[in-house]
Amino acid sequence: MSKPVSRRDFIRLAGLGAAGLTVASPFFDWKHGEILARDTMPGLYTKRTPTYCEVCFWMCAGWVHHNEDGEIWKITGNEDDPHCNGRFCPRGTGGVGMYYDEDRLKTPLIRTEERGKQVFREASWDEAYTYIAEKMNLIKEKWGPECMALFTHGSGGHYLGNLLRAFGSNNIAAPSYAQCRGPREVGFIGTFGEGIDSPERTDIRDTKCLVLIGSHIGENMHNGQVQEFSDAVDKGATIITVDPRFSIAAGKSKYWLPIKPATDMALLLAWIHVLIYDELYDQKYVEKYAYGFDELKAHVKTFTPEWAYGITTIHPHIIRETAREMANASPSVIVHPGRHVTWYGDDTQRERAIAILNALLGSWGRRGGFYNPAKPSVPTHPHPPYPKPKRDWRYAFPDKYKLAGLALASGLCDATVPGVSRDCNVRGWIVNGTNLIQTLPDQKNTLAAIQALELIVVIDTMPMEITGYADVILPECTYLERYDDLRISAHREGSIALRVPAAEKKYNTKSAWEMARELGMKLGLADYFPFKTQEAELDWQLKEMGLSLDEMRKIGVKKFPRPADDLYPLEGLPDYEFYTNTGKIELYATQFEAEGYPALPTYTAHEEPPYGFYRLIYGRAPMHTFSRTGNNPNLFDLMEENVVWVNPKVAKEWGLRNDQPVWLENQDGVISSSSIKVRVTERIRFDSVYMVHGFGHTNAKLSRAYGRGASDSELITRVHIDPEMGGTGMRGNFVTFRLEGAPEVQS
Amino acid sequence: MVEELITSGRLTPEVDPILHIWGWEIPLYLFLGGFAAGILFFSALFTLQNKENRYPMAVKILPFAVPVLLAIGLGALFLDLSHKFYFWQLYTNIRWESPMSWGAWTLLLVTPLSIVWAASWLEEAFPKFDLRYNWLKEILSDLKPYRKHMAWALIILAVILGMYTGILLSAFNARPFWNSAIMGPLFLTSGLSTAAASVTLLTRNHEERSDFTKIDLLLIAIELFFIIHMFMGFLASTQVHVQAAELFLGGRFTVPFWVWVVGIGLTIPAILEILELRKHHVPIFVSAVLVIAGSVMLRFIVVEAGQASRWLY
Amino acid sequence: MRYAMAIDTKRCVGCSDCVVACQTENKVPIGFCRDWIVETTTGTYPQLQMEIRSERCNHCTDAPCVRACPTKASHYGAGGIVTVDHEECIGCKACIASCPYDARYVHPEGYVDKCTFCIHRVEQGEHPACVAVCPTHAMTFGDMDDPMSDIFKLVSRRKWKTLIPEAGTRPNIYYLI
Repeated sequence: MSKPVSRRDFIRLAGLGAAGLTVASPFFDWKHGEILARDTMPGLYTKRTPTYCEVCFWMCAGWVHHNEDGEIWKITGNEDDPHCNGRFCPRGTGGVGMYYDEDRLKTPLIRTEERGKQVFREASWDEAYTYIAEKMNLIKEKWGPECMALFTHGSGGHYLGNLLRAFGSNNIAAPSYAQCRGPREVGFIGTFGEGIDSPERTDIRDTKCLVLIGSHIGENMHNGQVQEFSDAVDKGATIITVDPRFSIAAGKSKYWLPIKPATDMALLLAWIHVLIYDELYDQKYVEKYAYGFDELKAHVKTFTPEWAYGITTIHPHIIRETAREMANASPSVIVHPGRHVTWYGDDTQRERAIAILNALLGSWGRRGGFYNPAKPSVPTHPHPPYPKPKRDWRYAFPDKYKLAGLALASGLCDATVPGVSRDCNVRGWIVNGTNLIQTLPDQKNTLAAIQALELIVVIDTMPMEITGYADVILPECTYLERYDDLRISAHREGSIALRVPAAEKKYNTKSAWEMARELGMKLGLADYFPFKTQEAELDWQLKEMGLSLDEMRKIGVKKFPRPADDLYPLEGLPDYEFYTNTGKIELYATQFEAEGYPALPTYTAHEEPPYGFYRLIYGRAPMHTFSRTGNNPNLFDLMEENVVWVNPKVAKEWGLRNDQPVWLENQDGVISSSSIKVRVTERIRFDSVYMVHGFGHTNAKLSRAYGRGASDSELITRVHIDPEMGGTGMRGNFVTFRLEGAPEVQS
Repeated sequence: MVEELITSGRLTPEVDPILHIWGWEIPLYLFLGGFAAGILFFSALFTLQNKENRYPMAVKILPFAVPVLLAIGLGALFLDLSHKFYFWQLYTNIRWESPMSWGAWTLLLVTPLSIVWAASWLEEAFPKFDLRYNWLKEILSDLKPYRKHMAWALIILAVILGMYTGILLSAFNARPFWNSAIMGPLFLTSGLSTAAASVTLLTRNHEERSDFTKIDLLLIAIELFFIIHMFMGFLASTQVHVQAAELFLGGRFTVPFWVWVVGIGLTIPAILEILELRKHHVPIFVSAVLVIAGSVMLRFIVVEAGQASRWLY
Repeated sequence: MRYAMAIDTKRCVGCSDCVVACQTENKVPIGFCRDWIVETTTGTYPQLQMEIRSERCNHCTDAPCVRACPTKASHYGAGGIVTVDHEECIGCKACIASCPYDARYVHPEGYVDKCTFCIHRVEQGEHPACVAVCPTHAMTFGDMDDPMSDIFKLVSRRKWKTLIPEAGTRPNIYYLI
């Protein structure tokens, strides 16, 4: 047993005793530091195996093609898959790089101290499991099993979740809720009784008018959405983009509203006002299905376009014109709920306003608006009931975030930081496929939580910032080397997709299924892992559905016809009951009222940047998924680093030139640890700067991505918490430019 | 404001951000080729004018350098190739539209012919050198009647060789800086000037030195004329040509070109030569060396500047 | 038969899928690319316009690279595409210097390489890898000499432009604007 360390240093350059295991693949040769490809005339379609992509969370189903030697050659889409329609996005196509990346984690590592310095030493799987099991049992004895938490954002999370539940904890969270789309789920559930889910149930393909509030489809490369967006543009749909930045979507829009940041709520309320007072809303629909219209009408009386103009800088006639466009397109109009919507802390209310707009336009449940997804049901093998935990994360936040439907990753993190008001803290973390350091805002808080942990296990494929703080690192094989759960998709037609390994596991890695099972065995939880192999489990599931593993191997995706013809259940305005308190669409949210939150959205003015500072806006690039793909050789080739977008007027003031490296300092004095190049562009507003999220890696083991660009997460120290569901609003941070980095600090 | 950028991270080696496919090998070869062409031209010309005894260095002795110069040049060319083992493919094809192909074949013809030409002067150029093999001496004396024919062939080939180095560059219309019809004549003149300057440097014959100084002066004047007109042409041409010219009129080639090539490589030697002709005693090797160095610099700068000029991005 | 490509700049979002798909399909070495994305923004905030183009070798009808090649390495192939015979290429790089689109590169193995319109796929009845992968269906490939082909109809119906037509190369990639 290694010497316990009381404080975790970030192990930047791991001192591995043995040379890193490298398996030289004959497919790529090393020559002067370049990766070459063998010059053979590519043959077509030798062998192919089905998979679904793990690079982002859209999980498109596709085929892995093999070359003559049986090695992974390329990845293409599965024609039957509604997520991608046979075409993968650049990250999915570049997924081969994940497999071939030689910087991958290769063997289990355990933190130890050598000559006063903390390093990782290589360990066997058994050693690693023993270490973890001992610690987990210790936590169970001292504080209770519910003090173990799981953070997961990968397909393997399901198996680890089974492990944790069997162990006695249901503190399982994905950052995609409170750090991303949580507010829209709560906002829409509070209005329509149902959430948006993923993939979004937006009928963009058939819409006549699409309104994007800050959504940057096209740079946000959620495959099916972008495909449908492109179809809509081609068909002549009116696109209205509300964004302080001239995004790709704005470039294809009929109307681009260059709104002042943090004022979207005012615009939405003004639109609601125009729709109601100019009688442009869908009167029959609202009369039949909506509750609280009169309260809403009275509420928005003063929210005129003129009032909104003063706040948003959008001219009143544009507000009226765009409202009219939306109404003309009704019911085939979508005011898109967005995806990453944790911005300013009043996000649930803003999503409520969006939901109300959609309700007034009559788009919910109708063609060109929001369709009703069908989801196939996939059986799970019976197992003994899970032990009932005494507490869950909500225990740490009495009377708070009452509308949160899922566990909050940030909540679990906060529940780990020792506090005077609590007698119980989370003591152990298992982190799977999520780089919490770059995912959760307020890095200081995350680090404080980590230092308070008894145990932190990180399961990942690549050395990331979070792996530098682990006690035990378990190297996971990539999605191309393993089986996983069937992908269950709720879409216009429900479907399942199969993932089979396309290659043998590289190095000394294992899949999360194997890790969960083997660790479960060590913890005495064998009853919850009845299958010896994943194939057996998948085969059982498929046979229960009347299919077979062999059949799925050949087709990859199986679609199921809708059981009922209810893709657009409100077409023709039949009688319908919604899953709300009143059974109707709640323009006035009784659920919110019941828990003490405002039932109708109002405008709150948000903090503006101080003099010399600019609002930090972040976003996505189509060739990268957050910090996950920075080191992937194929995707690194497309985009090596992020740049900070600066308006030319601002650049002139500061004397900044294109490609000049600068450091960013935020309002709390935090300085970015690496420099970032300037891009002087007209596409960004003069009061903001923009950068793509996920760069500025500090783990030196990432040979390509290390130190490239800057990390926006470092600079997000001020967090605005959404009171309804605990979402972490991250766009209230402001930065200024420094021409030099932070002064060196003697540690 | 127009912002145009490549957003998919293109950074092709040797192409981005500036084309750099040709380093020192090509300019060296162009210089040596032009130099050799100049030597052969004068040698052949004055043979045809029956002035071989008036200009012994130019006609009889210097041609011996030509095979060496061409061999070094070809060696440099070979080193530049990135697919070296296939170089022989050059000689299984004749492509009329490709100046590279002309060059390959011209060199194939010029090199042996220049060896034969030089060999035919062996007895007169180096009387003390004993060839030792009688059959060789016989072959060489058999060549003498054919000198005039060889001279005609050589003049034509020398002009082609000298011009082709410039035409080669001007045929690349994708590099606006090279895309001027003046390149061919400019390089030919520069090659002739280099040869003339080397004659003045090496000869002991006072008459030869003075005549070739006059010839060199004339050639320098023509070169300066070409250069001025080349730039006037660029500035009156399309946007990309204007941008190419701006590399030399405020851009990074301004000082190297106008100071080193035009100033030190052409103008100052010209002044020195004028003084020399006016009987002021000026060390001859200064102007000759400056002309030769300027010629080398010209080619290096032209090759690099052409690669820095482009149509897109 | 004249192979050509039509690329719809209104549909293209600049995702660079074409770049990566080409790389994996044709085993293009990392650090090199046969195609790339260009983004042009004009105007002053907030009066802005954007055009996005996926560019590659234009397989010009009057290709300066074919003219400049001293061997037969760069030549016109099936359907008028410009292709490079690796065994004939000596690596003189005259073709790279003569391409106004800077579409070629020196492959680490010594010969010069570029987009081939995935002729190995086209011969089997498939589309080039970039066309097949484009998620927004921005790209169309076909025979411009066939009046029934999709590309012919698109180019007849839509406004289009080619890149630097004044270079005199008669490129075969049409950008629908």
